[in-house]
Parts: sequence; C-alpha cells; structure tokens
Amino acid sequence: MITFTIDGIEVEGEKEQSVLEVALDNGFGIPHLCYHEALKPYGACRLCLVEVTKGGRTRLTTSCNYPVLEGISVQTNTEKIMRARRMVIELLLARCPDVPVIKDLAEEYSVGEPRFIVDHDDCILCGLCERVCREVVGADAITFLGRGSGRKVGPPLEINPKTCIACGACVYVCPTDCIKLEETDKERTIVRWGRTLPMKSCKVCGRPFAPWFQLDYFGKITDGIPKDFWDTCPDCR
Amino acid sequence: MRRITTPQELEEVRKEIQEGRDPSKPCVAITSGTSARAYGSEKVVDAFREELKRRRLGKKVDLRVTGGQGFDEREPLVIIYPKDIMYQRVGPNDAGEIITETLMNDRIVDRLLYANPQTGEKTVRKDEVPFYKGQMPIIFGNNAYIDPTKIEDYLAIGGYSALVKALTEFSPEEVIDTIKRAGLRGRGGGGFPAGVKWESCRNATGDKHYVICNADEGDPGAYMDRGLLEGNPHSVLEGMMIGAYAIGSDEGYVYVRYEYPLASENVRIAIEQLRECGLLGSNILGTGFVFDITVSRGGGAFVCGESTALMASIEGEAGEPRAKHIHTVESGLWDQPTNLNNVETWANVPLIINKGADWYRGIGTEGSKGTKIFSLVGKVNNTGLVEVPMGMTIREIVYDIGGGISDGGRLKGVQTGGPSGGCIPESLIDIPIDFDKLDEVGSMMGSGGMIVMDNKTCMVDIAKYFMNFLKDESCGKCTTCREGTRRMYEILDAITLGEGKEGDIELLEELSWVVSEASLCALGQTAPNPVMSTLRYFRDEYEAHINEKRCPAGVCKALITYRIVKEKCTACGKCKKVCPSEAISGEKKVPHTIDPKKCIRCGACISECNFDAIEVV
Amino acid sequence: MESKAIDRILRKHDYKHSSIIGILQDVQEEQNYLPEKDLEDISEKLSLPLARIYRIATFYNAFSLTPRGKHIINVCLGTACHVRGAAKVLDRIKMYLGVDVGEMTKNRLFSLETVNCLGACAMGPIVVVGSDYHGQMTPAKVASTIKKYKKKS
Repeated sequence: MITFTIDGIEVEGEKEQSVLEVALDNGFGIPHLCYHEALKPYGACRLCLVEVTKGGRTRLTTSCNYPVLEGISVQTNTEKIMRARRMVIELLLARCPDVPVIKDLAEEYSVGEPRFIVDHDDCILCGLCERVCREVVGADAITFLGRGSGRKVGPPLEINPKTCIACGACVYVCPTDCIKLEETDKERTIVRWGRTLPMKSCKVCGRPFAPWFQLDYFGKITDGIPKDFWDTCPDCR
Repeated sequence: MRRITTPQELEEVRKEIQEGRDPSKPCVAITSGTSARAYGSEKVVDAFREELKRRRLGKKVDLRVTGGQGFDEREPLVIIYPKDIMYQRVGPNDAGEIITETLMNDRIVDRLLYANPQTGEKTVRKDEVPFYKGQMPIIFGNNAYIDPTKIEDYLAIGGYSALVKALTEFSPEEVIDTIKRAGLRGRGGGGFPAGVKWESCRNATGDKHYVICNADEGDPGAYMDRGLLEGNPHSVLEGMMIGAYAIGSDEGYVYVRYEYPLASENVRIAIEQLRECGLLGSNILGTGFVFDITVSRGGGAFVCGESTALMASIEGEAGEPRAKHIHTVESGLWDQPTNLNNVETWANVPLIINKGADWYRGIGTEGSKGTKIFSLVGKVNNTGLVEVPMGMTIREIVYDIGGGISDGGRLKGVQTGGPSGGCIPESLIDIPIDFDKLDEVGSMMGSGGMIVMDNKTCMVDIAKYFMNFLKDESCGKCTTCREGTRRMYEILDAITLGEGKEGDIELLEELSWVVSEASLCALGQTAPNPVMSTLRYFRDEYEAHINEKRCPAGVCKALITYRIVKEKCTACGKCKKVCPSEAISGEKKVPHTIDPKKCIRCGACISECNFDAIEVV
Repeated sequence: MESKAIDRILRKHDYKHSSIIGILQDVQEEQNYLPEKDLEDISEKLSLPLARIYRIATFYNAFSLTPRGKHIINVCLGTACHVRGAAKVLDRIKMYLGVDVGEMTKNRLFSLETVNCLGACAMGPIVVVGSDYHGQMTPAKVASTIKKYKKKS
C-alpha cells in the first residue's frame, strides 16, 4: 500500500492507482469529465487538476493520470486550481453552452457568461465513446478525425461505421448525452453515427433484443459458446 | 566499400582513401542541398560535369557535390580547391568560364565573387567572406568536404574514429561521464543535459533500450537539422552509435519530418552504406556491439516534434502526446526505456569524444557549452545557416555575420524558439546567446530559428501568425490547448481587424496563464509565449490597434490605406495594370490615384512600383 | 489502385501496423490522394480497423482524402516567408484561382495547399508548383507564374 496525503488527510492507494481514483474513493469531490474507471486515463478535459508536492517541488497536474506515490501531498482546492478550473469550464461553456453537465459545472464554480464567441457544439471531445469502443468493446467503429481546432469524433467516413455493433456503450459513457439511441421493433439506430441495424427477435418470447450484426460479432469473438445461445434474449436464457 | 570488421581494418581503409586523395589536386565543390536546388543547383552540377567531360578534364579535376554550406542567400556556391576560391549565385552557363579562367588559367571570375553590399569590396576566399568569418563551424563546417552519398568522404576526414575510440577505450559509463562533463545540452529546444538523460536511460529497466534522433524540425523558419542531415548524415549517425553503446541500446530510429525528402533519402543511403561495410549490424568492429538504425518518416504534424507524440507516430498512431509523469527514458517507445535527442545534439557527440570534454568546455558560456547552429532568416541580408559559439551576441550575428537589415529597414527585434519562443527587442540584442539568458528575457533557444524583424513587421500580426499556426497544429486532445489557442487567435484576429476592445489584452493574459499552466504537453504549455513576449515588449502596438484602430507597422489590412505620393508618381501605369480590383485610375502623364473603397490592400501595386511612390498610412 | 499494387506496398513494409504512415504515403504517391476503396482494402489486408486508418489519414497533413489537381501549388507560410509578405501572396493566389486552401479548381488543374516552412527561407516568399520552386514571389507575379502552368496543360 502506498501512503500519501490529500488536503492534509492521510490516504492509502495501491500501486497502479491514480490520485483521482484514490481521491474519489475517499470522498474528495474532484470534478472530471473524461475519466471512467473501466478505461485507461486520458487527461483530455483538464478538470481534475490538483497540486502535487513531491520532493520539495509543487506542480499543477491532472489527477486522473498521476500515479500514487509514497509521501506526496496532494491539494484539491487551492486558489491556483480554482483559477485554472474556472477558465477550463469557461472554455467548455463557450464551446457547449447548452450541455446540462457543463452548465451545472459553471453554476457550481460561479462561471458566468463566457467572454468568447459562443459555439453551439454538443461534444467536448472527451473521447470516452471512442475509447470504450476501442478498449472495451473492441469494435473500433469510431475515431478522432482531424486535429487541433477542427478535431471531432466520428465514423471513418463520417457516417455509418461499418464495424459498429450498436451496443450502445458510447451512448452510456457520454457525459454530455449527445449520442442518442433510437429503437423500433425492427431496428436500432445510433443516431449520431448514422448507424442503423436490423434487430433479431428472441426465439422464445419473440421480443427483438439485439441487432443481428452484434450477435454475429459476439459469436466471432467468443469461444466454446453453442450457436443457439445467441437465439434467445438474456431474460429467457 | 569492403567489409570492415576490426578497428585496424577501419584505419587501413581510411588510410587507403586518404592516400588516394591529393590535397593539391583541383576540386570543384558545388552546394546542392534543398536550398541550392531551389535555385537550380542540379543544373549547375550537370553543366560542370558535362564541361569537364567535354574538355577531358574528368581525371584532372575532382567534382564534389555537397549539401548546403550555410550561405543560402548566395547559393549555388562553387568552391574551387585547393585555393578555397568561392563563387556565388553560379548558374549553369558559368561553368565553362569558371573552368577556363580559374581551373585552367588561374584567373578569378570577378563578377561571381561575393561583394559586400555596403562597400562593394569583393572577397576571393570563402573563409574571408564576412558571413563565414565570424562563425565557428566545428559541426557544420564539414559539409564543405563531404558528398553526403559517399561514406568515403566522411572517412577521409576522420569519420568514425570517435566510434572506435568509444568502443575500444571507454566503458559505456565513461562515455556518459564524458558527455556529462562536456556539458552538452539538448539542441532541440529543451536544453536538457544530454549526459544526464543518457544516464537515466541506461539505468532504467527494460528488455530493450531505444535511441531516437528527432529530425522532425517543425519550427517554421528553422532548417538547421535539415542542413546537417542532408549534408553530413554520418556525423549524426556516428553520434547515435556512440550513444547507443553508452546507453545499452541495439536499435535506433531517425524520425524525419515528411517535408524533408532529401534528408530522408541521404540518411537512408548512409545507413545502407554502413550496413554494407558492417559498421551497422552485429559485432560491429569485432567489439560485440550490436546496433541498427531505421528511418521513420513523419506525416506532416508539428506536434510530432514532441517526444511522446513522435514515439506514438513511430508506433503507427496519431501523434498525440501523453502526460510525462513517467519519463520516456523509463518508458518510451513501445513502453521501453528510450533516449531521444535532436539531430544537432547527436552531431556534437563524435567531436566531444575525439577532442575531449575539457576542449569542449572551452567553448561557450558557463551554462551553455559548445556552439549552436542558427537559421538566420527574415529581414536580414545574409540569410542562411550560421554556427556560432554560445555567448556571441545577437547584434554580432545579425550585423557582422548577417550583414544587417535588408530592404533599408530598421531592426525591431529577433524571434527565437519558434512558436514556443518569443521576440527579443532591439534594445536587448547585446545579450549573449545562452540557454538561460534567452529564458530570462522571455524567449528561449529553441531549435535555432532566428527570425529578424524590422519596423515594417507588426508584432500583433506576428502573435496572430503564431497562434494561427498553433491552433491548427495542436493535436486537439486537451481542452486548454485546443480551445485556448483557438480563442487567443480569435481575439488577435479581431484586434488586427480593428475590432479589438477594452479588456482584450487582459483576456489574452488570462488565457495565456491557463494554457501554459494546465495543458498536457510542451506544445500547449509554451503556446502562449509569442503572445506573452510581444505583450511584454510591444504592448504599445497592441494598444494602438485596440484604442486607436491603428497599425504602426502598416501591416494590418483593415487599419491601413494605400496612397500614391503625387510627387513621386511617374504615371508609368504598372500599378494600374496589376491591380486585381481596378482601384487605381489615372491618365497618361497624370499622377495616378487609388480609390480606397475598391483597394483591398493586396500589395501588388507596391511590389511593382519602381519609384517607391505608394505609401502605407 | 489495383489490389496487386497494394499488396506490393504492404509487402515492402512487412505488413507492419506500425508502418501505416509509410504505407499510406506510398499509396498516395502513386495516385495523388487516398481513395476510400484503397483504404478499405488496406484495412482488410492488414487486419487494421478502418477507423484507425482514417485517424491517421485525417491527423497528418501529408494525406488527402479527396483528389488533388494536376499541379499542386504549395505556398510556404513559414515565419521568415510570413515576415517577407507570404500572406499577401496567398491571398492573391486564392483570389486568382477562386479556391481556398485545401481546394481544387473546377478544371482540376490546380490544388492549393500551404506548408509551414520548406527551409528555403533565402528565397522567401516562396511558392512551389509541383517540384518547381518560385522564389521572391510577390502578389504582382502570381498571375504570370500560374499562367505558365495553364499553358503547359
């Protein structure tokens, strides 16, 4: 176990953990938008800033990707952190003024009207959708396109990613709720990517429960599962 | 080139080469790096080759095609040895005359000599030309003696003797110690002590250790590394080999930016030749040392000059930097200990090993040892690559070597460090060039770009220029850099359009603070520097743009008007002909006028007018 | 591009995923841009997800996903060229050809691109057309320079 302090309070963490993980486990409220416990830390949103003092030197750093180290002391709400965080929120607010989670952050940190030209984007480029698709699902359907101020997330040709299995993981992890899933009896659509897949119905109860394409994909990547496993919905199994 | 399997064999081969060369034999050396080729040097080379053949002088006169030799403004250069006679701006049609006059009849072709623009004085020998006289080209000077596609040339001047010395007389730790004592600091911009880096890498645990040469050189206006790689690739490779031995690496990469095809090609050729003769591969020189190098090409991204982004690129990923809480010397390329250094840093290594740390310490300042190659460009007369000892002042470089400001302008400042650096105003040009001194005044050494700016350069426009560059080159991953550079650009753009408002400067300062404090990598962390440094020294220009809607330097289109000076106008009509918006009118023999409503301030008329009759107000 | 030609390039790079940048450069070298079909072909043959290939193809400046003109006009926007007036040259070219950066003229003759320093600062402002370097460019010389290529075609 690695011992260190957060805001003067002694805490313990394990070798591969990040400062953010331990902080959250111990009830310290550090805001974050691009962190997810199931995914490798990314360090994109810049909200989880802390000040870490190590070996006599103090620096401002993101906590999601800072490894826990013996004897460091972490501060979570110094003036410097607040000043930086408020500007990060202002920049995000100017980009996505209509997104609820950003508006909430702005209110919590008393960030007023942004002093920049306001866009009306709905994506903060946290990458959670892309990362979950690549690291967890393994479908690699969407990616970051372009670079710099023109960067965005989407399918290779900006529409209908051919390897997307419409599992909805991206919908689930998105912090701004800008990826919508729509479903009818016959098909499921991940709206933002323009991906529509026909649904398969359960052999037993007749309810449509998953896209054919998705079930084929799971069949391919799993071993030793009888084929008819994929014919019944999870409730009937 | 035969296989070389022991140090003795290397010396035998070297002796053979040297003995086969007569220093008194006439030699025509022609510069043909990328800069010279832009001026048509390849045709000059062909012309000489043909003429020499036609006159059956092929065996009596050596022809050597070299890389750049620094004085790009005057290339193609033709240097005649053994007398070191330098001809400049040589064209293919001059080949015949040079051969007849100088080679066959020992006479000088006067019109091709360098002439001092102020005094008209002509110089015959290359080492007397003012541009070269003030330099200390211990690294770059060898370009003159080498055809980069011939390993024999490099061997002839002592190449790979440092490698032999390191492998046979030093332990890896002793090599590291020498580099540490010499005080070699990284030449790519960071200025980190190379020896310390090598030591950390050597001590890091991993199955494999990698060495990388960072030839991504992305700072606009800086092309020193290109000059070295094109003209003397072996000096860099030898440095890498010595470093690999010291660090315990058996695999190296040279990452060359996409925009440098000739450099890429010449490095590749050099590596092939090394493999052929056994100087790369296994059991090098019979010492058991194993090492090989691969050339990796960039895809066109400034951010790939950042070490973690560069490594991601070699791995076949997008060049997105990662946080450096764990340094690349411990976990870099494919998560293995990796030592990355800049081209020029590697090129310094063989020299230090051969001549010793004490000799090296004798050059430069207390904190910055050795020399630095700069690309002296912009509003300066003698544009090119210059190598000077650390500690020389900017004034000496700009005036003594650079020949002063071009086009009759007045020096306003010098920009160093590229998009991560800052402007040093005219009032500070007597500071000695040194890593720490440049940091103190709000700039940085950077990779060596030195852009000279005059009174017709608008500093707000320069800040905008850099911000425009950075917002497109940002990888876009972190909020502060991606959004921050874009917003800073928007504010600067508005200011140059006459739409600046009260509070803009303060907002720029606040954005600068958060972008530098909270961004993920060095690109973001240094992105605000051009803005901060121009605000520090040229705040009055910002205020004029914002409060008076005036551009003192006469650059920002929205804030200037073009006006024809009646007294100077000869009604030649050239400006009228070239104006794309038909804004100029005037009858024959009557001074013309510009309609400000139609004028788009494109500058075409000014560039055509031979009478200086159009002024910017 | 023919499937065999793609195989040849993949073989040259040992089918390594890490060589994707080099592979795409070789494919683009032969036909001026990266057609969708070829990228799908590469994805299949390399077993590399198409999304990753598009990430690379859109991140790096070297690549174009749309066909480019017969003559590629490259304006250097390096700092030294900027200080010598490159912005005005670029504006003039945009006006003259009626295209923006990254676009191709309707007659498919010219594509306009920019580059951040060619390292030929001594002859700045510099415009490269294909592999021809045109130094000391001014807004006034733009028309005559480009006209030469119209005639050639």
